[in-house]
Amino acid sequence: MFRAKVGVARAVASLSRASGRGGGTTLPGRLLLAVQPDAIGRLATGLRQGAAVISATNGKTTTAKMAAAILSPPLHLTRNTAGANLASGIASALVRDHDADLGVFEVDEAALDGVVSGLRPKLVVLGNLFRDQLDRYGELELIAARWRGMCERLPDSAQLVSNADDPLVASIGRDRAGHTWFGLDDPAAALPEMQHASDSKWCVRCGARYAYRAVYLGHLGDWACPSCGDARPALDVVARDIVAEGLDAVRFRLCTPQGDVAVRLPLPGVYNVYNALAAAALALRTGAGLEHVRDGLERFSAAFGRFERVQLESGDAVLLLVKNPAGANEVIRTLAGDGREKTLLVALNDRVADGRDVSWIWDVDFELLAPQAGHVICTGTRAAEMGMRLKYADVPESRIEVEPEMAAAIDRVSAAASGTAYLLATYTAMLELRGLLEQRGLVRPFWEEAA
Amino acid sequence: MSGLRVAHLYPEHLNIYADRGNIAVLEHRCRWRDIPFEVVGVGIGDVLPDADLYYIGGGQDRDQLLVAGDIARHAEPLAEQVAGGSAVLAVCGGYQLLGHYYRGYQGDEMRGIGLVDLVTEAGSTRMIGNIVLECSLDGGPARRLVGFENHAGRTTLGKGLEPLGRVVAGNGNNGRDGGEGVRAGSVVGTYVHGPLLPKNPWLADWLIGRALRGPSEPLAPLDDHLEDEAQRVAARIAAR
Repeated sequence: MFRAKVGVARAVASLSRASGRGGGTTLPGRLLLAVQPDAIGRLATGLRQGAAVISATNGKTTTAKMAAAILSPPLHLTRNTAGANLASGIASALVRDHDADLGVFEVDEAALDGVVSGLRPKLVVLGNLFRDQLDRYGELELIAARWRGMCERLPDSAQLVSNADDPLVASIGRDRAGHTWFGLDDPAAALPEMQHASDSKWCVRCGARYAYRAVYLGHLGDWACPSCGDARPALDVVARDIVAEGLDAVRFRLCTPQGDVAVRLPLPGVYNVYNALAAAALALRTGAGLEHVRDGLERFSAAFGRFERVQLESGDAVLLLVKNPAGANEVIRTLAGDGREKTLLVALNDRVADGRDVSWIWDVDFELLAPQAGHVICTGTRAAEMGMRLKYADVPESRIEVEPEMAAAIDRVSAAASGTAYLLATYTAMLELRGLLEQRGLVRPFWEEAA
Repeated sequence: MSGLRVAHLYPEHLNIYADRGNIAVLEHRCRWRDIPFEVVGVGIGDVLPDADLYYIGGGQDRDQLLVAGDIARHAEPLAEQVAGGSAVLAVCGGYQLLGHYYRGYQGDEMRGIGLVDLVTEAGSTRMIGNIVLECSLDGGPARRLVGFENHAGRTTLGKGLEPLGRVVAGNGNNGRDGGEGVRAGSVVGTYVHGPLLPKNPWLADWLIGRALRGPSEPLAPLDDHLEDEAQRVAARIAAR
C-alpha cells in the first residue's frame, strides 16, 4: 500500500516536470504526506548511510550544495531542490530518489523540529539565526526555543554540528557529547564595530551585553559574557588567514582535527566562509578526507541566485538573492568591496515567501552601496518602495528608475549596463527573474541544478 | 531657524521593525529644508536629555521587558517635556509602553509610563498584515496612512482619547473598535510600522512641525513622488 502511494507521488512528479511547472519540487511530497504522514521516515530507511540536515536563517542552500560538491562523488546523494525546504520538499526528494547512500537536506528553520522527528537524521547542522520575515517566523527567540526542543529529543546516536560564533545557536545543545563546533579565528578579518540592529547582543543566560574579541558578521564572532563568564565554545573546525580575491573568490586556511589545508573558495564573502566551514564539518563527520573536502569546495559553483553568474544580452550579470537584513548586508558589504561604480537592479517582492512586511529593507545598509550606484533599476511588487529606500540612502533620484514590470526592468538593465550588472532580488522575485532569463535561454531551470 | 533635536529611546533594544528608517526620514526631511538636525540615543541607565521629539520603537518581548524595567524613571521628565511642547512618536512596543500596563497572555504584567491613558492586553493570536488608516489631525483634511502591523497586544484607549486614525483595512488597536493608535496633543502612538514615516511623509512633516513648536513659516514642500507612489501601491495591496 505504501509503495502504491509512493508510485502515485512519483507519477505526479513526472507530470509536473513534463508540464514545466516548477519541476515537482514540493507537490509530490505534499500529496504523499497527506495520505501517509510518516512517509519521510519510511522512505529515509532506504538511505544506506542515513541523512544529514542543515538549517540556518542564511546560507542553508549554499551549505547543502557545498556539502554535495564535496561528498558526491563518490557518494550518491538525495537532495531537496533549492528552497523546497519544508517537509513537502524533503518528501518530494525522497520520492524521486530514496535509494541513495546519503540524504543531504536543507531545512527551513521553523520546519526543522518536525522534519528531524520524522527523518531521524544522523547529523544536524545548525548554521545561524538572524531576524527574518517577522510576519512569518515570529521572533528569533521562538525559533531558538523550537531548536532547543528538537535538540532535547534528538537521540544520542545523532550528532550536532553548530556555529560556535553565533551565541544564540551556541546555547543549543551546548553540553551534548560529540558536538562539533565551527567558527572563524582571524582577528584581521573582523569588522571595526558591530552593525546596527544586530540580533542576539544580550547574553542568553544572564542578559548582560556580550563583549566581542572579534565581530565577523552581524552578531557572529568571538563572543564572551563579561557578567556570567559564558563564552564561545572551543572550535573544532576553523577558518584562519582569510583573504578576499575581489568578487571572485576567498582564500582561507581550513583547520580541523584531521589537519590543516589551504582552500580557495570560488565565491566571495565571509558569509560563504561560514557556509564552507559548515559543509566541511558535515563532510568530515560523514567520513570524507580533508583533501577531498578541499577539492569539493574549490570546484564549487554558486547555488541558485547566490553569486550566480549569467549572461545578459548586454554583458554579464550576477544574481544575488537577498532575503533579510543580515544576508543582504553581507551581499552589499562584499559588493561594495571593489569600490567600482555599478549598474544595479533591485527586485523587491512582498509575497508570502518574501515576507509581506518589507520593513526589513530599512535595516539593510544600502548607504554603503549608494556612492557606487551608477544606475539603479527598482522592480517587483514594491518597486517604488525600493526606489524610495534608495532615495533616503542618498542615491541621487536621477539615478533611480522605478519599473515594476520585471521583463521591462531586465531590458532597462541591458540598456544601461556597462560592465557587470548586479541583480539583487528577494526570493519570489528571483524565481521570476530567473524564469524570464530562462525564457530568453540565458539560464537553466533551477530544478535541473540540484544533485 | 532652530534645529530639530531627536532623542531616540533604547535604539539598541527597540529596533525590531527597522525603526531607524523613521529616524532617517526625519533627518533627511530636515536636511532637505536646511533645518539643523541632531539625534541622540538614550540607552538603559542614561539620563533623559532635552529634545524636541522623543522616539520609541518596538522590540522583541525579551528586549521590551528589559526596557520596561528602566523606562519608569523617565515617566515624569517625559511628561514635563511634553507639557513644554515636545512631541513623542512611539511605535509598536514603544506605543504599549506609553500606557499604564501591558498584560501578557499568561497574566504577567509589564508596567508602562502612563503618559497616555491606555492599556494593552495580549490576545491569543497576533494581528499581522498590511494596514490602511484614514487620519484627520487638527480638523485638517483626511490623510491616508499605510503600513504593516504585527502585534499580539489589544490596546484600549481611555475615555475621551482619540485614535490616530480609523482603520480602512487591517485590525488596528484591538480589531474591534475601528481605531488605530492614539494621538493626544503632540503625542502619537501607533502599531503601524513599515517603517511608519517613509510612506507617510505627511505625518513626518506634521511631527517635525509640532516638534519645532509650529515654525513661523510652514515647512517647505518636498518632491514626494516616490513616497506617494510607494503609498499608493501599499494601499492597493492592503485592500486585496
